[in-house]
Amino acid sequence: MSSSEAFPASGVPPRAGGTNVADRLFKGTTLLFALSVVAIMVLMAGAMLRTALPAIRAFGWHFPFTSTWDPVAERFGALPFIYGTLVSSLLALSIAVPLSLGGAIFLVELAPHWLAQPIAFLIDLLASIPSVVYGLWGIFVLAPWLRTTVQPALGALLGVLPLFQGPAYGVGMLAAGMILAIMVIPFISGVSREVLMAVPNSQREAALALGATKWEAIRTAVLPYSRSGIIGAIILGLGRALGETMAVTMVIGNRPEIALSLFAPGYTMASVIANEFAEATSDFHLAALIEIGLLLFGVTILVNGLARLLVWSVAGNGAATVRE
Amino acid sequence: MLTGLAVEKLGACFGQKQVLNGISMTIGPNLVTAIIGPSGCGKSTLIRCLNRLHETVPGARQSGRVLLDGQDISQMDPVQVRRTIGMVFQKPNPFPSMSIYDNVAAGLRLNGVRKRHRLDEYVEKSLRMGALWEEVADRLDKPGISLSGGQQQRLCIARAIAIEPKVLLMDEPCSALDPVSTGKIEELIQELKKALTIVIVTHNMQQAARVSDYTGFLLLGELIEFDETPKLFTNPRDKRTEDYITGRFG
Ligand SMILES: Nc1ncnc2c1ncn2[C@@H]1O[C@H](COP(=O)(O)OP(=O)(O)OP(=O)(O)O)[C@@H](O)[C@H]1O
Ligand SMILES: [Mg+2]
Repeated sequence: MSSSEAFPASGVPPRAGGTNVADRLFKGTTLLFALSVVAIMVLMAGAMLRTALPAIRAFGWHFPFTSTWDPVAERFGALPFIYGTLVSSLLALSIAVPLSLGGAIFLVELAPHWLAQPIAFLIDLLASIPSVVYGLWGIFVLAPWLRTTVQPALGALLGVLPLFQGPAYGVGMLAAGMILAIMVIPFISGVSREVLMAVPNSQREAALALGATKWEAIRTAVLPYSRSGIIGAIILGLGRALGETMAVTMVIGNRPEIALSLFAPGYTMASVIANEFAEATSDFHLAALIEIGLLLFGVTILVNGLARLLVWSVAGNGAATVRE
Repeated sequence: MLTGLAVEKLGACFGQKQVLNGISMTIGPNLVTAIIGPSGCGKSTLIRCLNRLHETVPGARQSGRVLLDGQDISQMDPVQVRRTIGMVFQKPNPFPSMSIYDNVAAGLRLNGVRKRHRLDEYVEKSLRMGALWEEVADRLDKPGISLSGGQQQRLCIARAIAIEPKVLLMDEPCSALDPVSTGKIEELIQELKKALTIVIVTHNMQQAARVSDYTGFLLLGELIEFDETPKLFTNPRDKRTEDYITGRFG
């Protein structure tokens, strides 16, 4: 009442209780949606946990740390798959990050517009190729090339390192890492490009006005400003690499072994599920596969969590706190 | 040696758009030269031609010559030109990922100063010259952007003078600042003038009158009048200058 007395000439009627109801309805619905996402995740994890229970009971803590995978004898351990997933993903990142970042820097900072546009478009196009096509290309082009050319050369050049020893099969960890690298490049370079383009020109000019060369301006002004965004781009790429199934399955060799050499075949968590799920010989075999699924879930969450921590720690004194 | 600039028939455009036309002026050594004029008349473009920053904009072109102690800057290495002719921008632009110390040291490091005690020495000297030392001496490791706007601008001035340029270009250095910070920067300009040549762009005519020895009035890309500051403000030769400084400008 007092408010309508304070503004007697107002043409706007006082707000009725009706808007409040609408507001609460809106809040309730959105809350419901948000909760349902959480519920779906919990239900999924619960269902997986229930199916995996026999394997969890039988192997306990040994499961992620044992290397035997023998469906006939019903002895299961997930270590080679965890190893394969992590190594292939890290290998992919170590190839893709320099290429993507270098490419993004070239396209944003150095290339003329008429060249940058079509190249960026082509790189983005890589993301829309189905992964089975990458797999086919891996089998018929990449693997033979690795076997006949790259691996012998690497072996001759760097054969003293255990990473590059052993027979050249073509298919194997190296092939998987390279395929994954090509697949994550559009994501890392795309996001990096956006992040670099968001760096205000005043930052570049600040460095140039101090007598920086173009490269020095990139190093002192542009890259530090975009650091946390670039790390975010790399995490995105890592997430894709960890979960990628089809293309990796086609080129990694699918042998549950831990070998130091990148030439040797390996296996990933996603691949073993895809390969064996349809023809699982027993409920117990199925339980072991589901438990691997749970582990993949866990590894992804763990890696993402660590990466996020990294972003927070650098964002503390990085561009995320800029007041514009 | 004292360093001055000579601008000869300078023209500048962005693509097809001519922004500066036939500008000629002499910027005397150890003097403060002010550029005034309405918004959009080309003041920023003019001083960005003086340290070859204009040419870094895609599609930007320029004609005429700028001479640094008689030498055509377009024939010099642009990096060398910008080390000799420093610049402070309209909006403070410290490097957000760097501490106060590192911001001031950035230009020094780019110029190859690596030894810690040399850096310490230069950083303190520059911050003192920038009238900021007292306020930040105990928190040099804090981010540069944790400072207030006025302090950030003085930090940028300290960063620019740390590499000991011979000429300092200032593009409306006080436009984002309160009167107290503005006063500090104006005092600073009087102090800096002893060591270097200053060109300052300003919207504020009182400021031009207070700090400068020479003033140029720019209108639609042309230098209408260029004279000693007291003369230009008390006895302008051109009707348009008079209209502008008396505030009668349309
Ligand atoms: N990057 C650019 N591309 C195209 N035109 C530009 C660009 N920068 C400036 N201009 C144009 O050039 C003219 C002069 O701009 P300039 O920034 O030199 O003006 P100014 O006198 O500094 O104005 P203000 O006082 O508002 O800062 C303006 O008409 C502006 O629109
Ligand atoms: Mg301007």
